[in-house]
Amino acid sequence: MAASMADLQRNHDVLVVGGGNAALCAAIAARRGGASVLVVEAAPEFYRGGNTRHTRNMRCAHDAATATLSGPYSEDEFWNDLLLVTGGQTNEQLARMMIAQSKEMLVWIAEQGVKFQPSLGGTLSLGRTNSFFLGGGRAMLNALYQTAEKLGVKVVYDAEVTALDAPGGHFNAATIEHAGTAHRVTAKALVAASGGFESNIDWLRESWGPAADNFLIRGTRYNRGTVLKMLLAGGVEPIGDATQCHAVAIDARAPKFDGGIITRLDCIPFGIVVNKHAQRFYDEGEEVWPKRYAIWGRLVAAQPDQIGYIIFDAPKLELFMPSLYPAIAAGSIAELAGKLDLDAEALGVTVTAFNSAVRPGSFDAQILDDCRTEGLTPPKSHWAQRIEQAPFYAYPVRPGITFTYLGTRVNGQARMLMQGGGPSDNMFAAGEIMAGNVLGRGYAAGIGMTIGSVFGRIAGHEAAKRAAL
Amino acid sequence: MQHSDKTVGGTHASASLAEADRLMTVCNSCRYCEGLCAVFPAMEMRRSFADGDLDYLANLCHACGACFIDCQFSPPHEFNVNVPKVLADVRADSYATYAWPQFLAPAFKRNGLAISLTCLFCIVVSLGYLVVITDASAIFAVHQGPGAFYALMPHNSMALMFGLAFAYAILAITLSARNFWRAIGPPPDASKAAPSIWQAMGDAGRLRYLDGGGAGCELPPGKPDRRRLFHHLTFYGFMLCFAATSVGTLYHYLLAREAPYPWYDLPVVLGTLGGVGLLIGPLGLLSQRTTRDMAVRPQNYNGMDTAFVLMLFLTSATGFAVLLLRATPALGITLIVHLGVVMALFLTLPYGKFVHGIYRFLALVRSAQERSGH
Repeated sequence: MAASMADLQRNHDVLVVGGGNAALCAAIAARRGGASVLVVEAAPEFYRGGNTRHTRNMRCAHDAATATLSGPYSEDEFWNDLLLVTGGQTNEQLARMMIAQSKEMLVWIAEQGVKFQPSLGGTLSLGRTNSFFLGGGRAMLNALYQTAEKLGVKVVYDAEVTALDAPGGHFNAATIEHAGTAHRVTAKALVAASGGFESNIDWLRESWGPAADNFLIRGTRYNRGTVLKMLLAGGVEPIGDATQCHAVAIDARAPKFDGGIITRLDCIPFGIVVNKHAQRFYDEGEEVWPKRYAIWGRLVAAQPDQIGYIIFDAPKLELFMPSLYPAIAAGSIAELAGKLDLDAEALGVTVTAFNSAVRPGSFDAQILDDCRTEGLTPPKSHWAQRIEQAPFYAYPVRPGITFTYLGTRVNGQARMLMQGGGPSDNMFAAGEIMAGNVLGRGYAAGIGMTIGSVFGRIAGHEAAKRAAL
Repeated sequence: MQHSDKTVGGTHASASLAEADRLMTVCNSCRYCEGLCAVFPAMEMRRSFADGDLDYLANLCHACGACFIDCQFSPPHEFNVNVPKVLADVRADSYATYAWPQFLAPAFKRNGLAISLTCLFCIVVSLGYLVVITDASAIFAVHQGPGAFYALMPHNSMALMFGLAFAYAILAITLSARNFWRAIGPPPDASKAAPSIWQAMGDAGRLRYLDGGGAGCELPPGKPDRRRLFHHLTFYGFMLCFAATSVGTLYHYLLAREAPYPWYDLPVVLGTLGGVGLLIGPLGLLSQRTTRDMAVRPQNYNGMDTAFVLMLFLTSATGFAVLLLRATPALGITLIVHLGVVMALFLTLPYGKFVHGIYRFLALVRSAQERSGH
């Protein structure tokens, strides 16, 4: 049932701020724990769910293959993967606890109505480690919302928290703007599951300067980090690098917000990438694509005007997953430069220099092959083949921001930790807003959902216990 | 390797096909729905979408609607992705595109009207036939015992007329289906034909792809989707009635046993069971249409769905009327109406919603072929 204005005027045991996987897991766990729960989601109903609406799977440890997972994935292996992607920037105690609890999440999430499917098609490499939601992240959200509302959780959309009354780490009330009115909502416990600040361009500008204006945001415009900012200002201890965000190279023609998965480009290993001066700036064939996918957003962000162009030729067009916008095509490199507004001579020189540096080799897109350049700076270490067969193609790329790393520090009960003090007595955090505790940098597919579900359930459980005191 | 320079929404025969091409390009970049049904795996085997490909995908779609509620890009998102609706438009158009003979294709455009007029015409002709050929007074007389129906219309004329109408329907449907089969391109491996047909029969008979991969599709949420139940009642009801007619025909020619048969005899039992299905099923399907979300309904709605299920309902309802009234003076007029309705049903089979079953079955065969050949 849709919640009404009256729900904003009533007292609740637990107030959950946010509307994604972590928020819903917290709301369901708190409700199942006997608490009355109000969920306030800043986005309109269609855009509910933060970044969850663009996810597809979650990474959980498991001891044996299942109907939808092709083999076991031990806790130790999960931990090693996490160590690898974070370079050690993780809280081992929290991370190991999360990984241990991820095992039962597979069952718990399914019990909340979420359906899994085996991984298919282009995602087979994740078929052993990651559980795929049937129909994707929005289908997962639909199931969680349906379950939550059946249990009696109240949900209000278009409801943004504009102020917190939480002196010294004790939550009293939140001011919530809804339909042009400010409501003061009191609750015995708060779960902040309202994500990071990737859609807040002003905030991004604080770290990135004017370059941030050229960033595209992969999720909705509602991931503004309002609550995160208020919590940190209110004395909650921060965690994670405030200047860092997960950024991939996405099609520059994508909309400013919410282009999602379909604007990403997987063709960088098959061509060269130049900046607006038609100069190459990084080894396009350094590693297999899944391991380099997430560095290109930052690389492009460092280029003038935050724009890059992937250039390749005819034989490569169908070697990668299709994406939303068609490649820009031309009969010659000079014509392509014209279409991209690049200096034709400069692009010609770059392509010629690249072509003459390419050594013979046997091309194999599936492995680190022996096709490389010699005497070129920067080099292209693998899959380097001459760009010589018309038509020539290009994709313009810009940094696509997925999420930010700055968050609130928490303990094993998902309780926020205060600067210079102990744990908050009734404020909890789950999901992207505290992901930095576990994921200080980097990313591994599906781990954001693991963090959201595991800490969401813990936060909801603990908040209900706190409310019952 | 083929290099298509095609941009989104290339050259297509209709705006719906152009929109379907745009959507398949969006979906092929996402693929989150690949576990829901057969459409998305078939899409993934292609990188560009000609009209024949889109007609194939559209007929493979069972309109369950799950991909619409699961889609992060459905309206109001600016990408405006509504696969069930657009494929329904393409599907409806495809029936006209491949219809044989082509000059009858416009029957699909205003299908409700075309079928109503045909029905009325057949009843009038049926009545006229009796008035002119038989003794008009026989219409209101009481007829009983074996051959009672044939006092009104001699069995051989009846068999000839309906046999011809049915034969025409089969011919027209076969030639239309052949057009469709050719348009969706050659199968990857013809040697897989037999197992693929078997697979497709199972998929079609169970309506495997009407449940969103197992999650179902309540649209709007909270409104259970009962279309599978009602479709089964309709389809299997239709098949039972068909079986009843076939058994009756065998009785007549092989055993020289003439209708009407007692209520416990096989043709009546089969016909009664099937008839019950054809009463409940079509009404159920109509009721589901009123509760399903308008967002996924086809745009060029032209009465086609309603016309076909109403014809099935009328066939059954008038058949029951004959059964109930066969010992009364109302038999004559009831039989006239029933025969007119059945004649109209036969004649319009190739030019109405009936063909969805044929095209979807062929699409399922192709899908099974593609999967086994892949």
